[in-house]
Amino acid sequence: MAELTVLKGAEGRDLTRLDEYRAIGGYSALERARGMAPQEVIDVINEAELRGRGGAGFPMGRKLSLVPPAEKRNGGPAYVVANADESEPGAFKDREIMRLVPHRFIEGCLIAAHAIQAKNVFIYIRGEYLAEYLVLEAAIEEARLAEIFGDVDVLVHRGAGAYICGEESALLESLEGDRGQPRPRPPFPPVAGLYMQPTLVNNVQTIASVPAILEMGPERYKELGAESAPGTVVYSLSGNVDRPGNYELPLGTTLRELIFEHGHGVAEGRALKAIIPGGSSVPVFTPDQLDVALDFDAVQAAGSYLGSAAIIVVDDRACMVQLALRAEKFYMHESCGKCTPCREGTRWLVQLLEKIEAGDGTQADLDLVTTVCDRIEGKSLCALGDFAVWCVGSYAEKFRDEFQQHVDEGR
Amino acid sequence: MKSAENAAHFQREIDRLKSRYPHPRSAVMAALRLAQENHGGWLPPEALREVADAMDVTPAHAQAVASFYDMFNLQPVGRHIVEVCTNLSCALVGAQQVVEAFEEQLGIPPGETSDDGEVTFRLIECAGGCGYAPVVAVDNRYREPTRPEDVTAIVEAIRGG
Ligand SMILES: Cc1cc2nc3c(=O)[nH]c(=O)nc-3n(C[C@H](O)[C@H](O)[C@H](O)COP(=O)(O)O)c2cc1C
Ligand code: SF4
Ligand code: FES
Repeated sequence: MAELTVLKGAEGRDLTRLDEYRAIGGYSALERARGMAPQEVIDVINEAELRGRGGAGFPMGRKLSLVPPAEKRNGGPAYVVANADESEPGAFKDREIMRLVPHRFIEGCLIAAHAIQAKNVFIYIRGEYLAEYLVLEAAIEEARLAEIFGDVDVLVHRGAGAYICGEESALLESLEGDRGQPRPRPPFPPVAGLYMQPTLVNNVQTIASVPAILEMGPERYKELGAESAPGTVVYSLSGNVDRPGNYELPLGTTLRELIFEHGHGVAEGRALKAIIPGGSSVPVFTPDQLDVALDFDAVQAAGSYLGSAAIIVVDDRACMVQLALRAEKFYMHESCGKCTPCREGTRWLVQLLEKIEAGDGTQADLDLVTTVCDRIEGKSLCALGDFAVWCVGSYAEKFRDEFQQHVDEGR
Repeated sequence: MKSAENAAHFQREIDRLKSRYPHPRSAVMAALRLAQENHGGWLPPEALREVADAMDVTPAHAQAVASFYDMFNLQPVGRHIVEVCTNLSCALVGAQQVVEAFEEQLGIPPGETSDDGEVTFRLIECAGGCGYAPVVAVDNRYREPTRPEDVTAIVEAIRGG
């Protein structure tokens, strides 16, 4: 069994309780961090090469370095914003982290606040996560009463159902009390984020990985996981697999190990058909890619993205045209409407896919799917436009026969 | 909200929410959530006006924010809300059968509220329970997983309680 860093200690102990978390050394990493200069904390996180778990894999240390230090802010504040909006289809790990180890997450927030000398932490949690919100609030209250916060304030802000608010600039708009529509960038949040002040935005799991780094030291942390992406990650495994669930494993675990050893494979008598390696937004893999290691660079080299490490397993009962239509309906619904290619393009793709799925599609319709994809990709303000294309485009390319059959045989 | 006393109470609550943020405007979503709770689960025009007044924003802004988010209801809803996730992971393991079971038991298609005003039934996007699929949420409490054969008992519990 590999060493854990995020969910460590949660089996057999109720780590939602402060005394239990303290009994396993909880909040000692914060104490250590507070005994260090902010820049030293940033150096440690940099050395550990912790990469963001929210989707893009951006090094957290580098992001911390982009926030101007207090002496260069003319007395202005900086903010820490934890992205707990988790809405990527296939992902359910941040929820588990908040439910099982809320104090580790809070501890990570406080260490990040020390590193950028921020006095305010905002946790933006998706509105649907009611149970998790309550656990988090209780943990925050306990930590506050125990005077762990010092002069830092931690506030949980509840979302209200909008996938786009997981995108960091849309999240900031939403947190400011506006519609959650992405901002043009630059400037990026570390320079001008919440209320136009320097802001560190990180995913729940990225932040919850920080205490272990301070406890173990970057050298030992780097012994875990892949060369280019150290540490462990909580993989969310779902779909047609015998034992779905969250599995914390070293980064770089192969798809084969995750799906067959941990997930016990597809049901008896079924065959594996497709694997979506990073949440519904990323290009699909085929079974011949089972040996791809699940780390950021390896998955990208194989033509997709690790994204939020949400692996969706598809067996031979599924129709890829139907899945493409279902995925595209999601992006159509979640498009914030700010730019035309994404707003109109997703609608158009849904109409085309509906026709093809119903068996009424023509060759021209199928060809148009590719054309419309080309007109959205890279031409939108935020990555949602790309997401809306990568899923459908890759299904249509890799499962061409199935799409073609719908056109040729009217089903 | 009827009385002046209620309005004053609402204002106090909103002021408390506003004071938690460096900029009071950030409390708009929290204010809408509170107003929705006060108005039987949805935001009629007068609720939006109350939020606008208490938040010191324009009614158009309150309306614009409310209409952006799925969890703010601009139409009346039933006393209970049943939601079924039909996104990929749930679809792969039989969400459609769960939807059909609810349709049959509730006697209404997704998107509607039962005639007695008890239950609103709707389909939702990924709820973040994909590994425990298919996921159903009853009044925001997740039931994971929910199989078609569980639906009768769920509906009975809602109707009974
Ligand atoms: C449409 C869209 C949705 C996103 N949803 C989330 C999300 O739910 N949670 C998250 O942490 N990041 C999400 N992201 C990525 C964030 O923009 C951002 O990169 C991330 O929060 C940074 O944290 P990290 O560096 O720790 O990964 C999303 C991005 C896009 C374009
Ligand atoms: S790409 Fe889509 S979601 Fe992103 S800003 Fe444009 S319309 Fe909004
Ligand atoms: S797909 Fe249904 S909960 Fe994620």
